[in-house]
Formats: sequence, C-alpha cells, structure tokens
Amino acid sequence: MQHFRVKLPVTAGTQPDLGAAIPVFHRWIQKKTLPELLIDVADYRHVPMGPGVMLIGHDAHYSLSETGLLYNRRTAMDGSVRDRVLSAINASMTAAQFLETEAEFKGTLSFAMDVMEISVNDRALAPNNDATWEALQFDVRSALSVIWGPGAFQLERIGEPRELFTVRAVRK
Amino acid sequence: MKASNSLWKQKLAGSIAPELASELDIYDNEVLLRKTGKIDEKVFAETRLRRGAYGQRYDNGHRHDGVASRTLDFAPSDTSKGPGTLWDANGMQRIKIPFGGMNAAQLETMAELAEEYSDGIGHITTRQDFQLHFVHIEDTPALMRRLAASGITTREACGNTIRNVTGCPIAGVCRDQSFDVTPYASALTYFLLGHPDCQDFGRKFKISFSGCRDHACALAHMHDLGAVAAVRDGKRGFEIYVGGGLGSVPQQAKLFDEFLSEEELLPTAQAMARVFARLGEKKNRNTARLKFLITKLGLDEFKRLVKEERALLAPDPRWTSYLKDVPAYKEEALKAGSLLQVAPANRPEGFDTWKSYNVYQQRQSGYSTVTIALALGDITSAQLRALADVARAYTKETIRTTVEQNMVLRWVSDSDLVAVYNALKAAGLARPGASTISDVVACPGTDTCKLGISSSRGLAGELTSQLSARDSMDESVRNLHIKVSGCFNSCGQHHICDLGFYGVSRNKGGFAVPHFQVMLGGQWENNAGSYGLAIGAVPSKRIPEVVDRITSRYVSDRQAGESFHQFVKRIGKAACKAMIEDFTSVPAHDSDPSYYIDWADAREYSIGDIGIGECAGEVISPIDFQLAACERLTFEAQLALEAGEVAKASSTAYAAMVNGAKALVGLRVPVLGDDPETIVANFRTQYHDTQLFFDPFAGAKFAQYFFQAHERRAEAPSAERTHQLIEEAQLFIEAAHACYARMSVQATKQ
Repeated sequence: MQHFRVKLPVTAGTQPDLGAAIPVFHRWIQKKTLPELLIDVADYRHVPMGPGVMLIGHDAHYSLSETGLLYNRRTAMDGSVRDRVLSAINASMTAAQFLETEAEFKGTLSFAMDVMEISVNDRALAPNNDATWEALQFDVRSALSVIWGPGAFQLERIGEPRELFTVRAVRK
Repeated sequence: MKASNSLWKQKLAGSIAPELASELDIYDNEVLLRKTGKIDEKVFAETRLRRGAYGQRYDNGHRHDGVASRTLDFAPSDTSKGPGTLWDANGMQRIKIPFGGMNAAQLETMAELAEEYSDGIGHITTRQDFQLHFVHIEDTPALMRRLAASGITTREACGNTIRNVTGCPIAGVCRDQSFDVTPYASALTYFLLGHPDCQDFGRKFKISFSGCRDHACALAHMHDLGAVAAVRDGKRGFEIYVGGGLGSVPQQAKLFDEFLSEEELLPTAQAMARVFARLGEKKNRNTARLKFLITKLGLDEFKRLVKEERALLAPDPRWTSYLKDVPAYKEEALKAGSLLQVAPANRPEGFDTWKSYNVYQQRQSGYSTVTIALALGDITSAQLRALADVARAYTKETIRTTVEQNMVLRWVSDSDLVAVYNALKAAGLARPGASTISDVVACPGTDTCKLGISSSRGLAGELTSQLSARDSMDESVRNLHIKVSGCFNSCGQHHICDLGFYGVSRNKGGFAVPHFQVMLGGQWENNAGSYGLAIGAVPSKRIPEVVDRITSRYVSDRQAGESFHQFVKRIGKAACKAMIEDFTSVPAHDSDPSYYIDWADAREYSIGDIGIGECAGEVISPIDFQLAACERLTFEAQLALEAGEVAKASSTAYAAMVNGAKALVGLRVPVLGDDPETIVANFRTQYHDTQLFFDPFAGAKFAQYFFQAHERRAEAPSAERTHQLIEEAQLFIEAAHACYARMSVQATKQ
C-alpha cells in the first residue's frame, strides 16, 4: 500500500480564511518549502463542503478546507507500510505547523494535533472491508505509536463502504 | 501513479464488453510502448487524445511562479506523452457522457476515479462531458477500465473525431418538445462511435439534439450538426442545421434540411461524415472544421454532395433497426406523481427560493425535474455519492448533465421535493439560482488549460460569489446568463449569452495585465440564436463593476417587456462601449499592483515570461497607441454593421487589420507608407515568413485572417461575412498585441 491520506482537523471553533491560503501556497511553491515537487494552486472555495484551496503537487496534494488539512499522497514512497504511514503523518503535521506560523494565519488557524483520519487512496489494494482493517491495523498502530506513544491513542474505522478505507485516531 | 493499476484488469475481467476490453488492452500496451520509447510521440499523442487523455497546463515542465519561469523538477526521463509534453506531468481526462445521461452507479464510479486519480473533483463541461484533472498518464488505462465496467467509454472524447453527442437534458419531460430526442441521440452516438467513416477527419465534429426550436438546452445552432425535433404529417423527423461552431471565429449553423425523416437521420449523418472526411481541410487545422468547408463549397453544393454520398451508401440495418424500439422508449418514475403537500409554513428555510429556480414542472403531471446547480461545474466525490443516493431513493436514477455545467434529476414526484431538497442541502448540493445570472459558466482557463490567457474560473468564481450574495435583484437581471472563457477559443461559450467575457492580456508600463473582452449581443435562447461581439477589453479586476454598470443601466432604461438582447440592440454598441469606458484604464504598477494579479491567484500575472523584469513606469510606446487605434476601428466596424452599413463595416475592419500590421511592420521598416500591398508584403516577409507573428498554439492562423481579408477586399461583403471579418480583425489585433509583447520581452533579454 502506497497512497496514504492523512487529515488533520482544525481546532474546534476555528474558521480558517481559505483565501489566505492562496498566497501562502504560491509562496511555498516559489520557495520550495516542502520536500515534494509542488506545481500549482487550485481554488475550490466555490464548492460547498469541498476541498477548499489545494496545493497541487506531483508527489502529493495538500488541501486546506473549513474542516482541516488533508495530505494526499500520489506517488510511491520508500520503506515498509509502517514507514509510509509515518511519512504521510509527518508530512501532514509539518505542513500544518508551517500553516499555523504563516503571517496570513498566525493566531487564527490551529489544528487539533490529537486527532487524525488516515485513509488509503487505492481501492484495488485497500478495499474498505475487514480484511484491509486486519492487514493494516498493526502498521497504523505502530506508526501512531511513534507519534503519540504506544497505547496512547484509540483507533476506529469510520465511514461508509463506498468511501476509502479510513480510520480515525484519537489521542487519549 | 497507482501501484495497483494492473490489478484492475483482473478484477474487472468479465465486467467489460469484450470488444471494449480488447481496445483497452491495446491502449494499455500503447502506454507501455510509449514509456519504453517504442512508439513515436506524435502517434501516441493522437492515440491518447482519441481516448480522451488530454494535455494540461505546465505539462511542458515550466511554470511561471510569479517571479520567474521555473523548471518543474520531475524525475529525469527521456519519455514524453507527445511533442513538448512530459511523461510525468499532469493531464486531463475527458469522459464522454452521451446526451448527459447517467445512472447512480456511474456517479459512484466517477466519485471513485476523481478521488483516486484526480483531485477529488469531477468537473462538468459545457458539452455535458465529465473531466478529471491532474491525472497521470499511467493511471489512464485503469481509469478507463473502471469506466468501461460501468458502461462509459472515453473513446473519441478528444482528437479529430465525433465528439460527445449532446442533447437536451429535459428531453422527454419537456413541456414544449416535439418529441423525446433521447433514443435518436443514443442511436447516432453508438452508430458513429468508432465508425470507419469518422476516422479521417481534419478536425473535430460536434453533434447536438434538441427537442424544440425555442429553448437553449442543446444549442443546436452552434454545432457542426444540430438536429431539432420536428413532426410533419404525424411523422417524426428533424430540422437539420450544419456548419455551426464557436471557436475564435464563430458561425451560426445553416439550415440543411427543413425536415429529415427519422429513417434518414443516421445515413445522412454518415454521408455528411464521409463528405467532411473526403473534402475537409487536413493540413491547416485552423480552417478544418465543417463550417469552413461549407463556406468554401457553399451550402447548396454541400447539400448536393451529401445527398449524392447518401445515395451511394451501402444499406446498413443499423440505420433503422433502433426505430422499432423508439415508440416504447420511455423513462419511468420510481414513485407515483403527486402534489407537494407541505404547507409553506412547514417548508425548510431556503426551499421556496430553491424551488422557484431549480425545479422544473415536467409535462407529466405530478413530476418535476430538479437542477443541481454546481458552481463552475465542480462536484466532489462525496457529493457524487450523495447524489447517487438521492437518485436511487427518489427516482429510477434518471440523471443528466447539462451544457450549463449542472446536473438534473428527472422524475421527482412533487410530493418528494422537500425531502430531496433536504438531502441535497445536507450534501451541499442545494445551491439556488439555477440558470440565472449567478449560475456563471466558465471553461477551465488558466487553472488547467494550456491555452488560457486569463483566469476564467477565477473571474467566474468571484462573480458567482458576489451575485449569489445579493439579497435582492431585479427579476430581469436575475434571468440573464454570464459565460466566461479564458481565451478566444470559446470553450466557455462566451458568444451565446447576455454578458460574455473572454481572456486577453494587455501591457502597461512593461507589465502584463489580465483583461477580459466584454461581449454583448449574444443570445442563449432559441438554441443559441445569435452571437455577441466584443465591445472592449477591461482589466479583469474591474469586470464585476462592468456587470453592475451594464445590468443597472438595463434595469433603469429598458422598455416594457424588452429582453436584454433587444435592449443592447436598441441602445447600440456605442452606448454600450461608453458604459464601460471608465473601467478600461489601468493604474501604474506602483500605485495599484492588484490589477497585475489575476483572480484567485497571488502571482504577478504573466503569459510565459511576458511583463516580468521590465521597467515600471515606462512610457507607453507608439505601437501601443497604434494598436489601440486599431481596436477603435474594429469597434467602429461593429457600429457600422449595426447600422446596416455593411460595406463600411467591412472596409473599416479591413483597415483595422492593415493598420495593425503597419504598426508592427513599422518597428522593422521605418519608412513604410500607407499602401496596403506594401504593408501586406512587408508583414509577410517580416512577421509571417519568420514566424514572429505566429501564435504559440494557433500558429499562422491570425496572419492568415489578414491575408484573406486583403485578398477578398474587393468582394461585395455580406452581413454574415462582415460579422466574421470583424471577429477576425479583433483577433488579429489581439495577436498583434501578443506579438509585440513577445518581442519586448525578447529585447529585454538581449
């Protein structure tokens, strides 16, 4: 499994100014702020419940919506499944921290770093069923243990069968 | 790209029609062969285009980031998807949806594909297609297999082929239709799909079906072949129009046959395709559409050739075999039709407003068609799944996409309207104002299109936001239509609406400034009954004010019952232009840099490297004045045409082109004089033969307009030809602006 997505929700009560993400993301492209190849910015603010403003990348897309920051891995990653989950989590957390400290968002945007949703964006390899849950649980727990410590979190499957296989992790 | 792509072939074995499965195996192999350099890149480019896999902005590996043009550091590779198109660069996948018809499972497939291969957004186009952006070429075989398994093909979605056959989205439920055109649109789609007679076109061929003459649902007059349902002596047939098209120089379709019987529909279309393939232009793609062939041959000769070809065709049982099923064809409702029984006081907030614009009372009593108004045609994967649920719960999955970039859900029992509204609202799909001024249509423009000049989606998003937020609006304004294209190619259909805009650029003090040409006088009604003309270019940032100014004037000055189209015609182009004149000036870069940044962007605007690194505050060069004078002449030509002075209009448009060429030639040949022959000759050697004037994508197209205008200057002009000449003159002047900008940048670098 390669294509992990990690969503970090914004702190309850936060309403990010999505328009402010446009100059921020363009600046990240100019300055190569993130390790991935970044390409463009897509504005989807007109879509209700949509992805908000997206930073389009070759290796991964990032999107900031009213509900949070989504990291969506597109290309293959090195290492074991656990390593890839961990890489995706780290990439999302890094981007979230960068966003919180950008001038456009300082003091107005924060992410709830004690909750995250992890999905696998590949229905062929990770159909949304019990078998995937069984196959993936160990690696996801192992990756989260690195972030929050062993046993310091709860993990549950969420979503309906048509959606991507997704788990929600909540730090205890 | 997905590591699992190869798994889909096994997973879907048996779920795809054998012939289609075989085609996709071949395509899969072609992708592999191109990756290993075993197919020529041009051959592969046409191959993928015929499968709907299109190029996308920045796929040459360069992008201007607002400071400079940078190389996008894809992994080193010797492979390309086509000339100048990097293998790893994002592409667009177009997906044909014949007459817009979809079912719930297909929506769910689209949701999966958008999520897994794209950016989670499905985009509906102005020709009822779906498009997915940011797709990797190596994902396309798996993507196409998954579509095929749900009954959708991308075959001939792009390239020089029969494109998606569009149709009225309310066919069968429309109160004004002659009859339901759906089975005919479907039959013609699959008859011509992959047909040997349709494989050797010089350019694309677009077909549309409309159930009536008066409404715009299928835009018959802007298609290569437009079929309008007609009944004569109790027999079904079609009024056939041919040679319509928008593009840079639009042409209204011409009446080919007042009544073509249903039995003759397929063979006549086949005969038309054969004539187009045999006689249509192949080398110069700029004159390769059917409209140019008809202009060249004359309508009567084209008709004669088609009839002659028809007589020679070997009979094909498919021409009429589908007709036996037509009388029985009908969509059915899931529930019995009955009245809306929720009292106004008990209806949810926003329901009545939504109902007044988004609900259409069907010809079948007790049923409505609900429009899901999608801002800019975009819908998320989650919303596609939610819509599939609604379609299953309340209808027999009778869904269609529309040319206004929306979707409709047909056969909703009126008694379910509140429940449907609530379900749509919960999914963020109950935006009111369908088919009103706030339901702005836009092509992809600079967001993803390689040809985009200005941000059509950025502007459309801004207009949508501003217009949707208004609490009150005069009803006559609310019912207007706005359409925006990112360039002159008219994918946003800016010619056929009340207020149209298309992207252009201008220079100010050495900086590029995004602009839009303002188009007035077009008509959405009557199947795209007339085309608008440009009245002047305005900086992008001031277009919302232009909309306010023009619509306010319409409200205050219109006569009783006067449509916007009639209003524009009555007050005249000069008055219209005067309305926007004070918006055309651009402040210096230092005093207001916001003009130099496009909508929904943060970068300094540029086309490639234009406008960067030049000295702010530079004085306006003489050529800027000269080209502005040419624009004025083009506008005066419009005024003359409007006044019925066709000859004057024609000569003025021609003069605009000569003066534009003279301005450019003057940069290289200081003592030139006014003799048109000398100007044309010098322009040819200095700008055409050197390719200096060539548009990066359209090549010699605009120079050819000038040469043709010069060659035909002695002909007695028709009003139609003059309308076209004015369009051509406008585009020639735009090309002169662009050429001068390129030269300026080149000079700065040297």
